[in-house]
Amino acid sequence: MNLTRRQLLVLLPAAAAAWEYVLAGTPEAAPTYNSTEHWWGMLLDITKCIGCGSCVRACALENDVPDGYFRTWVERYHVSDFHIENPVVDSPDGGKEGFPPSEFTGGKNFFVPKFCNHCVDSPCTQVCPVGATFHTADGVVLVDQNYCVGCRYCIQACPYGCRFFHPTKHVADKCTLCYHRITKGLTTACCESCPTGARQLVDLKNPNDPIHIFLKTHSVQVLKPHLATGAKNFYNGLDGSVR
Amino acid sequence: MEGFMYPNEVELQWSVLIVLYPFLTGLVAGAFILASLERIFRVEAVKPTYRLALLTALAFLIVAPMPLQLHLGHPERSLEMYLTPHRSSAMAMFGFVYLWYLMAVLLLEIWLDYRKDIVLLSQSTRGLKRFFYRTLTLGSNNISPGALHVDDRAGWVITLIGIPSAFLLHGYVGFIFGSVKANPWWSTPLMPVVFLFSAMVSGIALVMLVYLVTSAVRKAPVDMNCLDTIAKYLFYTFIIDFTLEMLDLIHRIYEADESFRSLDFMMHTRLFVSQIVLQVFLGTITPLLLLAATQLVRFSPSIRKGMYSLAGFCTLIGILAMRWNVVIGGQLFSKSFLGYTTYKMGFATREGLGPAIFLTVLPFAMLYVLVKLFPPWYEPLPPINPSPSAD
Repeated sequence: MNLTRRQLLVLLPAAAAAWEYVLAGTPEAAPTYNSTEHWWGMLLDITKCIGCGSCVRACALENDVPDGYFRTWVERYHVSDFHIENPVVDSPDGGKEGFPPSEFTGGKNFFVPKFCNHCVDSPCTQVCPVGATFHTADGVVLVDQNYCVGCRYCIQACPYGCRFFHPTKHVADKCTLCYHRITKGLTTACCESCPTGARQLVDLKNPNDPIHIFLKTHSVQVLKPHLATGAKNFYNGLDGSVR
Repeated sequence: MEGFMYPNEVELQWSVLIVLYPFLTGLVAGAFILASLERIFRVEAVKPTYRLALLTALAFLIVAPMPLQLHLGHPERSLEMYLTPHRSSAMAMFGFVYLWYLMAVLLLEIWLDYRKDIVLLSQSTRGLKRFFYRTLTLGSNNISPGALHVDDRAGWVITLIGIPSAFLLHGYVGFIFGSVKANPWWSTPLMPVVFLFSAMVSGIALVMLVYLVTSAVRKAPVDMNCLDTIAKYLFYTFIIDFTLEMLDLIHRIYEADESFRSLDFMMHTRLFVSQIVLQVFLGTITPLLLLAATQLVRFSPSIRKGMYSLAGFCTLIGILAMRWNVVIGGQLFSKSFLGYTTYKMGFATREGLGPAIFLTVLPFAMLYVLVKLFPPWYEPLPPINPSPSAD
């Protein structure tokens, strides 16, 4: 190949940029994955959740979540017969190590797993000043941590408290729906570790996904529906007291 | 922490620096609007403060983005807001509104107003100062009556554009908070309007105080007609501001939606001192009573000066408390409405009280420098150096 000095000068910067990319390590490719063919959501069956905290631990391990911060967590609700609007809620260390025995008798107790709702009309994406938070074509809300300025407006805008400010990266952090796994045909770490199947990753664009039958035959609800965020975490057996 | 917070909510995200930011921009907008009274609405009585108000606005506008910059996790990426702004984000527009206001309105207006002084100073000073003023003339030494008339007309047009721009600057800050539907303490369409009027109140009070202090330092007589007029405008603006805030409060109490119990609890506990004592009683009712008294009773000039000083000082405390209650208050309760957290402010930390105090004092230092460079006193300038070419 004959290169003139002028051509070489043009090519060198591009080669330098490419080399940096090579050094950084190319993520494992997902050649068969077509993002436009999927629309991800999650089914959470409150009647099945036992509050073991496996999902919280699995998420922290899989995604290197710093201590004291949570991409997912589990809340325990106690609702007495006379105070339906005033539940007593706890979530010690995000439910990571399970829960101590309840001190309440009477009323009802149940667990509610929570994490990013990957809203269709997500307020966090709307407010990000640089577009570092974005929607993927398959319905996942992600943060480009190399672009985030760390203003924390998105954390304020999330009605569900699902975001946090990463203590060492100094950027917004949240659930990615294990995007590195689901694009390779795997399920999320939290779903995989759930011993009762209370969490199930669903693909709403897949006509064969059992979610379609489930949605037809069950009363499901999303969190804070009045905020019209287009949340895609569908809860089965969600009590009206859950916030 | 009390009750239940979502686990990621325990840590407050916006610190005292974010309290400072709307406070500083509010002072800018208010000072500019006071300056425009003379220019656009021909309120000649406030002319002695016209230039002082513009310089005050500039000093505070230069400092205003600093707390934001200090707060960012990655300040080195802040330019991305200009280069790749996300159009649906209220915050992204900040850079543009700020630049528009700084470059197209404030700097241009000050330059046009001071052009004659700059030209004369470039001829009467020596050394570095002379170089500085000569640079600022931008090569035009024409100060003929015709040229100055053109300056005056251009300045008028810019002020005319400047008034909605000042409204935009601070209304936008209110919108940043008012549009967060996740937070009922912030989410109200009244927020931009309340922010705007509180900005006018704080800016007018600040310029009034600066005028009183600078007059005392210079041992120059205070133009009482000017001071009375400023106080009158402060009083009227304050009534509108107070009415809007009360409207918001009454609406919340009467409607009593799902967040009410949570917010009511905060008002009685964590925000009692800053909201009820500092904002409402000390920062609003006290200055309103003082200003009302000066409208009803003809006190002697020295008593009026004292009352105006006290009213101005209380007003600034009240508006700062209001910013605190909005920014910090809005983060003290859980979005689950089931619990409350506390704000622990450091001192010598990046977002602590120390930097906050520094950034509050900095605009005054900047104003001192600006006043030295561009005397706003409408006094004859020093005689022109007989041999400027000797430099």
